[in-house]
Amino acid sequence: MSTTTTIPGSATAAVALSGVTKVYGRGGDAVVALDRVSLDVAPGEFVCLVGASGCGKSTLLNLVAGLDTTSGGDILVAGDARPGLMFQEPALFPWLTVGANVEVPLKLRGLPSATRKARVAELLDTVHLGDFARRRPHELSGGMRQRVALARTLALDTPVLLMDEPFGALDAMTRDILHDELERLWRGRNAAGEPLTVVFVTHNVREAARLADRIVLLSSRPGRVIYETRVEVTRPRRIDSPEVAAVAADVTDRLRAEVGRHGH
Amino acid sequence: MATDTISGLDALEIASQQKVPGRAARLWAATWPKLTALALALAVWQVVVWSGWKPEYALPAPETVARDLWDYATSGALWDGLLITAERAGIGFGAAVVVGLLLGLAVARVKVLRAALGSMITALQTMPSIAWFPLAILLFQLSEQAIFFVVVLGAAPSIANGVIHGVDYVPPLLVRAGRNLGASGLSLYRYVIAPAALPAIVAGLKQGWAFAWRSLMAGELLVVIAKTTSIGVQLTYARELSDAPRVISVMIVILVLGLLVDLLFTKADRAIRRRWGLLDRG
Repeated sequence: MSTTTTIPGSATAAVALSGVTKVYGRGGDAVVALDRVSLDVAPGEFVCLVGASGCGKSTLLNLVAGLDTTSGGDILVAGDARPGLMFQEPALFPWLTVGANVEVPLKLRGLPSATRKARVAELLDTVHLGDFARRRPHELSGGMRQRVALARTLALDTPVLLMDEPFGALDAMTRDILHDELERLWRGRNAAGEPLTVVFVTHNVREAARLADRIVLLSSRPGRVIYETRVEVTRPRRIDSPEVAAVAADVTDRLRAEVGRHGH
Repeated sequence: MATDTISGLDALEIASQQKVPGRAARLWAATWPKLTALALALAVWQVVVWSGWKPEYALPAPETVARDLWDYATSGALWDGLLITAERAGIGFGAAVVVGLLLGLAVARVKVLRAALGSMITALQTMPSIAWFPLAILLFQLSEQAIFFVVVLGAAPSIANGVIHGVDYVPPLLVRAGRNLGASGLSLYRYVIAPAALPAIVAGLKQGWAFAWRSLMAGELLVVIAKTTSIGVQLTYARELSDAPRVISVMIVILVLGLLVDLLFTKADRAIRRRWGLLDRG
């Protein structure tokens, strides 16, 4: 983890957003997707962004990932790292095997073949898919594909992981297991002194309460930060524990109040 | 324990995919309808001959043609002609591929070119290639260049269209994923856009081949160059000598050749689809 870059206003943040605004279109048709969003995420912190439809969650991640440009405000990522981005769909390349998919970012970084092979094996073991390197993505289940996508994103060796509803399309059991896996991996990295900062977007409040150190609630049209809460439940957590449920209930109430505002 | 749950779930979820039909059974299932269709066609032909609708010298019986085909194949004329025609097909189609790929890529990438040439390419595709020959002959006289000119004009638009179509329909999500993984500019083309466009490009090549082959045959019938005995020229000579069995023999050769190359493209297409998981096994 690089600590060489200091971010103005928050010397310790891994990701810092200050007054980030995103407007689509122009003139009368302009839509404000994000309105002066400011957010600091500490190294190794797990932040969940929660909001109803149209709150610009995905827009925010695209901006942080550098796939889109802001209309105003600043985004700083510590050490100029390239954040890894995961989507709701695995977005694997169907023409490549599982192993070759994971190898793509390593190739793009120009690593030598032997290093790449070793790293691919290691990453696939991390997501328990060591035996599936030669399979094709379509031969795997949805949950397995999403794990391949996670391994491929981790191959960027990035300290910042951006996840855009990554488990939204999975069944409940698979999702629970992947929560456990993600938590294990994230805690492992932090314990090893290689902090992994996660910004996780979801509309599933329970999921947020299960995973997050901190939940950030965004309003819809335009997206603004309207509520923040720390989740003090000890880890490892279970999604069906009363503590997680209590946190979820609090956030759900506020989310409903925000959604209700649009009904008038 | 958690690891056990994961591997258990994985095993359950992908268990239903181990279905292996026998190779011979698959081959037979694919072959017998074709053989039956062929037998039916031959039967119809034979019945028409028996009906006396046309005299034997105009419409010979299948058996007569089969004998002639055998003579043709063993005489060396077939192979000499084949060599010339195959070489022309190779050069002409090769040039069309180069032109088509470059043109398609340029149009797909550059907005101005797309506005200018996009609809022209489609229009060019609807132009029957034989209509180009009068101009080609004026430009290049009765020469191989005239044939190549028409072959390229016939095939390149289809190939270019395949490229344009392929690049246009690359899933945006894959492009975003590729960019996030560190691809940009040329490497984005190499790692994401080109492979994602490959199925459409192969479809374009297949269609391009059909046009190239037709243009080439039209060319060989029209542009008769002295001392060359290409397949098309042999067909013309056979007609001039009223040698009906030979006319049909040459036609069969042309049909089979076109089919064989088409089969190669179909095989490539299926291989890609299988790799991508777009095709059910069996």
